[in-house]
Amino acid sequence: MMARVVHAIQCIGCPIGCGGEVAVEDGVVAAMTGFTCNKGLAYAAEEVVAPKRMVTTTVRVSGGGLPLLPVVSATPVPKERIFDCLRLLRGVAVEAPVAEGAIIVADALGLGVDFRATRDISLAQ
Amino acid sequence: MREFSYDVVTIGGGPAGMAAALAAREAGAERVLILERDRELGGILQQCIHNGFGLRRFEEELTGPGYAHRYVDMIGATDIDVWLDTTVLAAEPGGVVTSVSPHAGLQVVRAKSVVYAMGCRERTRGAIRTPGSRPAGVFTAGAAQRMVNMEGYLPGREVVIVGSGDIGLIMARRMTFEGARVKAVFEIMPYSNGLTRNIVQCLEDFGIPLYLGHSVTAIHGKDRVTGITVSQVNDRLEVIDGTAFDVACDCVLLSVGLIPENELGRAAGVVLDPITSGARVDQFRRTSIPGFFAAGNVLHVHDLVDWVSEEAAIAGRSAARHARGELAASGRERPVTAGEGLRTVVPQRLSDFEPGKMSVRFYFRAARPMGASLLQLWADGALAFERKLRVVKPSEMIVADIPVRKIGDAAALDFRVVPAPDRIEADDEIEEEA
Repeated sequence: MMARVVHAIQCIGCPIGCGGEVAVEDGVVAAMTGFTCNKGLAYAAEEVVAPKRMVTTTVRVSGGGLPLLPVVSATPVPKERIFDCLRLLRGVAVEAPVAEGAIIVADALGLGVDFRATRDISLAQ
Repeated sequence: MREFSYDVVTIGGGPAGMAAALAAREAGAERVLILERDRELGGILQQCIHNGFGLRRFEEELTGPGYAHRYVDMIGATDIDVWLDTTVLAAEPGGVVTSVSPHAGLQVVRAKSVVYAMGCRERTRGAIRTPGSRPAGVFTAGAAQRMVNMEGYLPGREVVIVGSGDIGLIMARRMTFEGARVKAVFEIMPYSNGLTRNIVQCLEDFGIPLYLGHSVTAIHGKDRVTGITVSQVNDRLEVIDGTAFDVACDCVLLSVGLIPENELGRAAGVVLDPITSGARVDQFRRTSIPGFFAAGNVLHVHDLVDWVSEEAAIAGRSAARHARGELAASGRERPVTAGEGLRTVVPQRLSDFEPGKMSVRFYFRAARPMGASLLQLWADGALAFERKLRVVKPSEMIVADIPVRKIGDAAALDFRVVPAPDRIEADDEIEEEA
């Protein structure tokens, strides 16, 4: 017996926001309609099997001009592990100065995803 | 009081001000100055820590601070002057810009060209006339964003969001990430005012309900907000009796629209567009005052910073050419109007084209959501140009390059959006004329 399930997927790859359908047969993507670029096709195919999201949040900084440093996952994180990553980052504190792009947490939770600083934080004046 | 002179001065050091200053310098303005009231360049981008910026401009996905950083670095590599902590008090016709700062006091700059790049501000509770008491805990979404992302405060734990603008949607996810419970988003219109991608990744991902066609009819609480009353509205946006229900919360975030922060332009007597609340400009981003240009959210509210940078570069180049005496007079000015199906168009008038100009880029806001549509240019009452649009949403700016040969010699240009006669293939949307 072939089990065919059709998922309506809204692409989040860019602001155009294409909507389309992905047909999955026995856990494998069988057909896709409505997506208009390769990035969208890749997103939709992944979304029905193993959805992932970029994660942005902040970590504490001491000695800086600001109390918080914004960070971003270098690559998307499995959706079901987002809150685990946030919990991990909530316990992280760094010291100023920090340079944009610096790795704040490497290989978070063994997911193979680094979290990087998205701005400079200079020393408090 | 010290006096200075510059070729081009941008008022504001956010994405518009930075892009305008860079473009002005590249176009040959020798002395360029950015006036910024905050402690650093970057404007609102610095608090927008989420990703999704720069796909068009840099062909990669950046965070707000990341996008700002690119421009801050580019500015740093030039001899453009930047005055931080500096608030402009007045910019008068003739190019006299008066500013004040805690370290330098009152300063006057004589500028050959001025670019308005002050951005926009959020509509507040007063702007939507929400009834009820006046407790603490009611914030605009952007104010909450600054608290959470830059200052380290959580404005509440049980949150209701009023309005479905992008900042509200982004804050729904952000508050959820910080451990708050976001109970619902209420939108008075029958459609969302945010980008579809944000509905998906900020609400649906976390099971946050979006109620369309609902209005807040009361805010409760004496010292601190304790809840709100919400009712359904009909298609005339009138409250439907018997549909009211209460939602308990300790925080209400408002995401109910943005308005250009244009006090300086208004005070100087710049002619404004009553719908955008920004200046009426031509394709060079000239305002009605000679030597004054405008770009970015102070001109009209954008949804993507990439378009802000691009528009500001036009204003910056024009400002540089004006400063050098190379920007020709407007010549014959032709009005451009937003007709059927559209709410706004920028630019709102056309001046004489530069020699060799092939097309002019126009930016539109739709009046209401529509499916497959045609963007039409009617020149002196005759259909001159048509382009297919796969889908039309008021929350998503329409950008179209109109060939100069289609505009021709017409005295008046009217743009419209009408339903497409047949189903349009998805590929048609990216078809653009050279």
